[in-house]
Amino acid sequence: MADRSTFADLAMDLMPSLYAAALRMTRNPSDAEDLVQETYLRAYRGFGGFEEGTNLKAWLYRILTNTYINAYRAKKRRPDETDLDEVEDLYLYRRIGGLEAAMAGRSAEDELLDRFTDAEVKEAIEALPENFRLAVLLADVEGFAYKEIADILDIPIGTVMSRLHRGRKALQKRLYQFAVERNLAPTQH
Amino acid sequence: MSDCEDALHELYGFLDGELNADRRERIKAHLDDCQPCAEPYDFEAELREVVRRKCQEQVPAHLVAKVRAALDGEAGLPDLANRAQASRPQARRHQG
Repeated sequence: MADRSTFADLAMDLMPSLYAAALRMTRNPSDAEDLVQETYLRAYRGFGGFEEGTNLKAWLYRILTNTYINAYRAKKRRPDETDLDEVEDLYLYRRIGGLEAAMAGRSAEDELLDRFTDAEVKEAIEALPENFRLAVLLADVEGFAYKEIADILDIPIGTVMSRLHRGRKALQKRLYQFAVERNLAPTQH
Repeated sequence: MSDCEDALHELYGFLDGELNADRRERIKAHLDDCQPCAEPYDFEAELREVVRRKCQEQVPAHLVAKVRAALDGEAGLPDLANRAQASRPQARRHQG
């Protein structure tokens, strides 16, 4: 049993990461704040059930995700699994990785990737259908392992992997569109 | 599968830290010798880093204050852990 008096000490430090995730989930600062506050309240109330020594961050993310799904998923009726185009593997690399050769410098692509603005990267993630967005967010932004993501989202590991696979490709496709729009990358036919 | 096909097939497993030590070592050895395979690995690793870095957020000070106040407000109440436990989704499944 975890002692509730230690909750704030342990959990408050994780707020930047939870708030960032809440923003990507709700796509709206005011909803994100409500979501974070509700998450901390629920976590505090249930902290006696948290097993000390296990992963507090994963536990908080599970509460965050459940709270988000219960509060916000009902609001919208968007098709999810079906509206992702299938694109090839290494989509972005195959389009802008080659620029490196042309520019004759090992760091050309790294610089190019760095030219994406924060707003573009956030928008590319937020454009993903919810199931894919949550998986990509948990893996690529938060660095959770497949097993942890499976526990947080309450889905099998195989589903985590397929959502990541498709979600990452869709993210790359959106980033490539930004690169083309800003003339950072050539259009390919 | 050739070593190159193998390496590309395992790219995300490798970057996600999901391969066992044996597979990991085999891929690493291959990448050391094979520039055409190492390039997409480096690219994907860099992309991951860029995405992670550019998605950071500053928490508004008023949110920190609001959450602290809410927790302080709860502090006087009895421990609801058991009730909160019972209402969690995975607990509910046992009833159905």
